[in-house]
Amino acid sequence: MNDEEQPLLIAEGLTKFYGRQVACRNVSFSLYEGEVMAVVGESGSGKTTLLRLLSMQTSADAGRVLYRMRDGVTRDLATLTEPERRFLARTDWGFVHQDPALGLRMSVSGGANVGERLMAVGWRHYGNIRRTATDWLERVEIDPLRIDDPPSTYSGGMRQRLQIARNLVTQPRLILMDEPTGGLDVSVQARLLDLLRGLVGDLKLSAVVVTHDLAVARLLSHRIVVMKGGEVIETGLTDQVLDDPREPHTQLLAASVLQP
Amino acid sequence: MSIALELHDVAKAFTMHLRGGARLSIVAGVAFSVRAGECVVLGGRSGVGKSTILKMIFGNYRCDRGQILVRHGTETSDVVAATPRRMLSLRRRTIGYVSQFLRAVPRVPAIDVVADPLVASGAPREAARQAAAELLTRLNIPAPLWDLLPATFSGGEQQRVNIARGFLPELPILLLDEPTASLDAANCAAVRDLIIEKKRRGVAIVAAIHDETLRNAVADRIVDITPFAAAAGAIAAGVGA
Repeated sequence: MNDEEQPLLIAEGLTKFYGRQVACRNVSFSLYEGEVMAVVGESGSGKTTLLRLLSMQTSADAGRVLYRMRDGVTRDLATLTEPERRFLARTDWGFVHQDPALGLRMSVSGGANVGERLMAVGWRHYGNIRRTATDWLERVEIDPLRIDDPPSTYSGGMRQRLQIARNLVTQPRLILMDEPTGGLDVSVQARLLDLLRGLVGDLKLSAVVVTHDLAVARLLSHRIVVMKGGEVIETGLTDQVLDDPREPHTQLLAASVLQP
Repeated sequence: MSIALELHDVAKAFTMHLRGGARLSIVAGVAFSVRAGECVVLGGRSGVGKSTILKMIFGNYRCDRGQILVRHGTETSDVVAATPRRMLSLRRRTIGYVSQFLRAVPRVPAIDVVADPLVASGAPREAARQAAAELLTRLNIPAPLWDLLPATFSGGEQQRVNIARGFLPELPILLLDEPTASLDAANCAAVRDLIIEKKRRGVAIVAAIHDETLRNAVADRIVDITPFAAAAGAIAAGVGA
């Protein structure tokens, strides 16, 4: 470990109100390259709001998000121009929605869904785009014979894997995931988790994974942030927080996991 | 040989908020050190806190007090104060741990369960799998099982996969929590030989070992945990918790 290394993503005092309702209060953390951080908590705990703040889908009432750009300069995301933000979101960042329909274009082919991100970063050669799209479909275990079918004809698990391929094809450094396995059957979940675990490790991705499922957090993440009522109530190494939870609410969450 | 691991005044209590905030003190005033190449076996009856101490050294359980100093080369780190990032780095480079039970990962075959920690620390996948295969062979796991999921294995087979996973990386400190609890005599002997080889290579080992034959064969010293558990009881009474 190099202690001199700069974080990739820094959240400083992030706060967001919806009217008088606090959705997120004074959340701070640093995420380094290759680190996966899970944000866990129940519905309404503020974890999805945090993800929206990080991904610039919502602006903060207080606090800021800093990101180390590819040129090594750490910048406040609020100071980026709109084209700069869009370019970042399309290339260096990925966002995996719980509902793949939000992250995909359902009426164009699976191959085009992957190829589109490449074209957005300037790829023009059709043969190269199609070859790379095919590679990525294979990596996420989608039969390349389905490349010309639209995702509306895919199963839920395939759609989620396609969304992951679409996000990873531009080799982002940071990926934000909102309940990536929510709504999937258990066996489909296991396959997706295994795939994500492998890709995150092989590509040395940094990730923030929002999940209410502590088993998902244990499998995917290095660190955990526990949220309740918009605030971070406990943080630490994933196995430490799950095996030796300190806060009453974390103990309740950890004790509520079903053991098959 | 030099000291590899040192515990000073380590204490641990659990506060169980779901049980009305009941406080359960486990150990207090834990102090011992382990030299490179030495095997220290933790003594005391079942439930006295041996696993808890191993888990604190690995950073799996938090400490309420004290220091757990870990040497790596010329560096010294305190596990108690380590950030998650530092702790992960210590686990990759310095502290290995064989838990009592294998935690199965969906869809990962036995040989990769064993090879993964080496790959995570930078070894090429094929070399790591080759080394994993050799170790699985020594632990009498037949080759046809290597590509299967350990979730389907017997208790003893799972434990041997777990041992292989913990023993494969060459780390200067190794923690063993009842590694042979469900193994037969032949496999116990294989584990004994592996432990002795680690010691020869200068690895500092802390172990909870129930099996008397194995304990006698590998232990350089027994550190009895009972007084530390008693000290924790006295502290709890003093605080009135």
